[in-house]
Amino acid sequence: MTDIPMDTMVRVAAHPRRDIGLKARYAAERRFRIYGMLAISVGLAFLAIMLIAIVSKGYTAFWQTTISVPITFDEKVIDPSNKRAIDPTVLIKANYPKLAEKALVAKLGINPDDKPTILKLKGLLSEGVRVQLRDIVAADPSVIGTTRNVNILAAANLDSAFKGQIDLGVEEARRKVSDQQIAWMNKLKADGAMAERFNTGLFSYGASSRPETSGMGVAIIGSFYMMVIVLVLALPIGVAASIYLEEFAKKNRFTDLIEVNINNLAAVPSIVFGLLGLAVFINFLGMPRSAAFVGGLVLTLMTLPTIIIATRAALAAVPPSIRSAALGLGASKMQMVFQHILPLAAPGILTGTIIGLARALGETAPLLLIGMVAFVADYPKSPFDPATALPVQIYMWANEAERAFVERMSGAIIILLVFLMAMNVTAIVLRRRFERRW
Amino acid sequence: MSSLLVLAIVVAIGLVAFVIGRQRAAAQDNGTVKPHSRAHYHGWWACLLAVLPAVLLLTAWNIGSSVYLDRHIHAALPERTANSAVASEALDVSLVKSLAKGLRQLDANTLAALPATFADLQPLLAAKGVALATDTQDYMIPIAVEANAVQSRLGMIGAALTLLLSVAGAFYALGQIRPRARARNNVERLMLWGLLGASTIAILTTVGIVLSMLFQTIQFFESVSPMSFFFGTVWDPRFAAAGSGGSQGQFGLIPLLAGTLYIALVALLVAVPVGLMSAVYMAEYATPRIRSVVKPALELLAGIPTIVYGIFAVVTLGPFLRDLSAALTGGSPFIQGQSIFTAGLVMGMMLIPVVSSLSDDIITAVPRAMRDGSLGLGATRSETIKRVILPAALPGIVGAILLTASRAIGETMIVVLAAGVAANLTANPFEAMTTITVKIVNQLTGDLEFNSPQTLVAFALGITLFALTLVMNIVALYIVRKYREQYE
Amino acid sequence: MNIMTEQSLENAVGDKMNAKSNEVIKMRGDKVGVFYGDKQALFDVNLDVRQNQVTALIGPSGCGKSTFLRCLNRMNDTIDSARVTGKITLDDEDIYDKNIDVVELRARVGMVFQKPNPFPKSIYENVAYGPRIHGLAKRKADMDQIVEQSLKKAAIWNEVKDRLQEPGTGLSGGQQQRLCIARAIAVSPEVILMDEPCSALDPIATARVEELIDELRQNYTIVIVTHSMQQAARVSQRTAMFHLGYLVEEGATDKMFTNPDDKRTQDYITGRFG
Repeated sequence: MTDIPMDTMVRVAAHPRRDIGLKARYAAERRFRIYGMLAISVGLAFLAIMLIAIVSKGYTAFWQTTISVPITFDEKVIDPSNKRAIDPTVLIKANYPKLAEKALVAKLGINPDDKPTILKLKGLLSEGVRVQLRDIVAADPSVIGTTRNVNILAAANLDSAFKGQIDLGVEEARRKVSDQQIAWMNKLKADGAMAERFNTGLFSYGASSRPETSGMGVAIIGSFYMMVIVLVLALPIGVAASIYLEEFAKKNRFTDLIEVNINNLAAVPSIVFGLLGLAVFINFLGMPRSAAFVGGLVLTLMTLPTIIIATRAALAAVPPSIRSAALGLGASKMQMVFQHILPLAAPGILTGTIIGLARALGETAPLLLIGMVAFVADYPKSPFDPATALPVQIYMWANEAERAFVERMSGAIIILLVFLMAMNVTAIVLRRRFERRW
Repeated sequence: MSSLLVLAIVVAIGLVAFVIGRQRAAAQDNGTVKPHSRAHYHGWWACLLAVLPAVLLLTAWNIGSSVYLDRHIHAALPERTANSAVASEALDVSLVKSLAKGLRQLDANTLAALPATFADLQPLLAAKGVALATDTQDYMIPIAVEANAVQSRLGMIGAALTLLLSVAGAFYALGQIRPRARARNNVERLMLWGLLGASTIAILTTVGIVLSMLFQTIQFFESVSPMSFFFGTVWDPRFAAAGSGGSQGQFGLIPLLAGTLYIALVALLVAVPVGLMSAVYMAEYATPRIRSVVKPALELLAGIPTIVYGIFAVVTLGPFLRDLSAALTGGSPFIQGQSIFTAGLVMGMMLIPVVSSLSDDIITAVPRAMRDGSLGLGATRSETIKRVILPAALPGIVGAILLTASRAIGETMIVVLAAGVAANLTANPFEAMTTITVKIVNQLTGDLEFNSPQTLVAFALGITLFALTLVMNIVALYIVRKYREQYE
Repeated sequence: MNIMTEQSLENAVGDKMNAKSNEVIKMRGDKVGVFYGDKQALFDVNLDVRQNQVTALIGPSGCGKSTFLRCLNRMNDTIDSARVTGKITLDDEDIYDKNIDVVELRARVGMVFQKPNPFPKSIYENVAYGPRIHGLAKRKADMDQIVEQSLKKAAIWNEVKDRLQEPGTGLSGGQQQRLCIARAIAVSPEVILMDEPCSALDPIATARVEELIDELRQNYTIVIVTHSMQQAARVSQRTAMFHLGYLVEEGATDKMFTNPDDKRTQDYITGRFG
């Protein structure tokens, strides 16, 4: 260690202080910081408000009011002339709502001859009851003549009233449920017959003009088909294209053109891809409208640039030393790429693919143009059958006036967001986990 | 024989060729000569030679025969006269083709005793679940039968040729197997072509976009002059139901373009300051802990589909602003439920993470030496940011804003839901205006006759939108690229 | 005090010389340690910097000399994980004291970096930047004068006087570094820290900068980190040798290069490691 030179020599040279406006400058500094924090708060607050608005409107969609009553599958109502052995259509055409009506009449102790009251009773029940009971009989005709407990669907208005979404203070003529219906509702509620149960229909039903019997079943299947198609087409093509551009392509005009092209395609409005799909796939190649297959192709073209850009970044991040090592051992360039570079780049590719898929899953505009805004009640059996997609289903519900549809729509948004969030979180976790520092 | 079955057989031949090829190559390796390629490359080469040319032939043959069939039907159809029962020749051909397709569903016995009139034939087909247009004519029945015969004959020949080529390819490749044969190079060359092919899909997509839209747009300009489209100030396309024809509307682009740009402007006024300041704060001030919370949250905001924003605008924000404005004036609302302001505000919110992540990249690309230089002179952080970093990053930020503007112009779902459909020209941001994208969706959803100007105009709008965003994207990408190169 | 006229500067310098100002201790490090996260990069460094002298910090790479230099105007504050212990004084005031403002400190202790880092602005704006943020010039004419004086002192005026509005990034490497020195001078600091200012320059440019450093010594106190011992020998009056985070030896440059006390210093100056 050095000794400190003789302290006696130290003389303090007091330097004159200058005024460099520190006070004002630090005030400006604080203001600037506050602007930054404000900006971030605005973004986060908006996210929070939007999520709260949607969740508060939508969480009730996961419950559906049903009435549990003993239904007597009365032969006199279902098949009065006993022809079902010869004419199976009898069982389809039968007056099933009558059964539910009778059960309710018995339950509520209404005089069976009081026709006007019974007419009002119909307002409690969903039209879906017809299908609900028909399906029970169709599945097992031996049920005819017996009695069993069934959770029948309540009408949408009653569902809203039961969930407390209808303001009962409004005068009777101006609201959608009558005092009489409210009284019945309260009676059934006190009995424990009427209750909110988990809404499986939201996930299984197809399109319907009545909110209580409409669901996202068709949309989920449609979206699933499209995601599979996008994955199967976009991933291999995207990876192949990236490998060519990153590892093999010489720097020339042609590869420059491809580069500019890909970067531009990533920024082309999605609706333009819809126009392409309509003009080329549907009109020119004669593929079916509304089909998940065409939707999948359009989304593939839309997702490709995202995957290519992510894959190229992942490939470029593999250090040159690995390349030299493989080539130095006598591997061909193709072997080097497929046996060394590609496995090392896999996590990055996967992350990019998941993010691309998530974008495709939430995409709406191009699907509108290829006719996926369709009223599809039956499950598509193949990707070539008419189907809808999750965001398109949300869009269609947004165009309906009834409040029960708004509830379903918000519920559907929650489901879509859960899917997307799961995908994004997977991507983030993957990135964190496999992030390699070379 | 269906093409699918032929394809399956070809693949099977390929697999067999692979197995034989690999075995043969392995058997030749007796240790005297060092083989050039490993055995499985010989297998792959044989497989590829068996499959690829055959598949190409099959595809070409199928396209060729469908063209041939069309011509065949054309030739067989009776001469067209003024009072032909069917509206156009193209419709004639397509009726015959769907009839022929229907006939293939029938079994041999029914075909042998085919009724001569369509009226008698229809119930037979209906029983098989085939529904045909009612204007199918009697004279088409024999033509359809003949067409089916031609098609099956062509199919047989094609299948035979394909299989022959496949087997020939396999034998040729297997015959070439020698220890010094360069099977690996052959396989890899083919793979390279495959990779190149994949990378041209991007170009094909662009070409497809441009050509398809250009084609329809030219058709549109046959009935509406480009002048009245590009400079017209009235948008009133009229409703044209299928077949009604004749009703001529006005297709002025100006009100749509004005609405598009107005809403984009409002959105940018929201997104650019907020997004830029967020990025600055995140890059220069935020502690790692804050960054680790806020960054994923912003990414989440970016991952929410635009339809959700649109619904938020129309279900929550729009009514709220309307009621708020009504409460402020104490009577009639001055903000409409659907308005430029609402749509622009929500779109701006959607674009915040876009602006912030783009500018974050650009700000962090400014070299550390710049920061140190300024801080070392005694500048405060905000002075460093305002006077050194932002000016240095300016070109990049301009590029980022251009990219964002292109997103705003092309955005569809928010405006479809929140901006309104009426093509107004107004300067009041609290009224509704419509955009190019809204009209594309409007004109193309629902059952419309495809060749009417009402439908075709969507493509003219589409190509306008594409051209607009293309220019912005290319300029923006160019600026950003130049900016990055400057600091590399 | 905003601007010094040349006359008053000369007077001030003259006064100091008369008072044997070379014996005034301008800055002093007392048991200075630096941690990056858990890793300690600098250990108990005691070092004095004398007024109007050039102090060279030498040593093999990674020895902590740049780290010490960056402590002297608290540039280490800009690194999140860095932590400084011990005491550093400027005119007997602890610069890590709560009452000391870092902005003001850096206005008094300027810095020139290893790689020339002119801002992407005009030559004029580069030099005017510091005076402008500190509000040192009230009028345009004052600013013009500061810019001219600084460029002259940095010995680059003749090369750039006709193109003051051209971007600073367009100059050659040596010119850029002299521009950066002019930029630092323009704030009228008391101490100038130089972190290997010539490592990115060619020999001719290096010679110009070294000459400049020697001239600047008249008015400023200079601390320079250098890789090259020849440079230390050429420009400095005192030299400090760092090794593995420790200050090994400190003394008059002549003595250090002719008759060092420490074996490691001997090894280093004779080229046994580095």
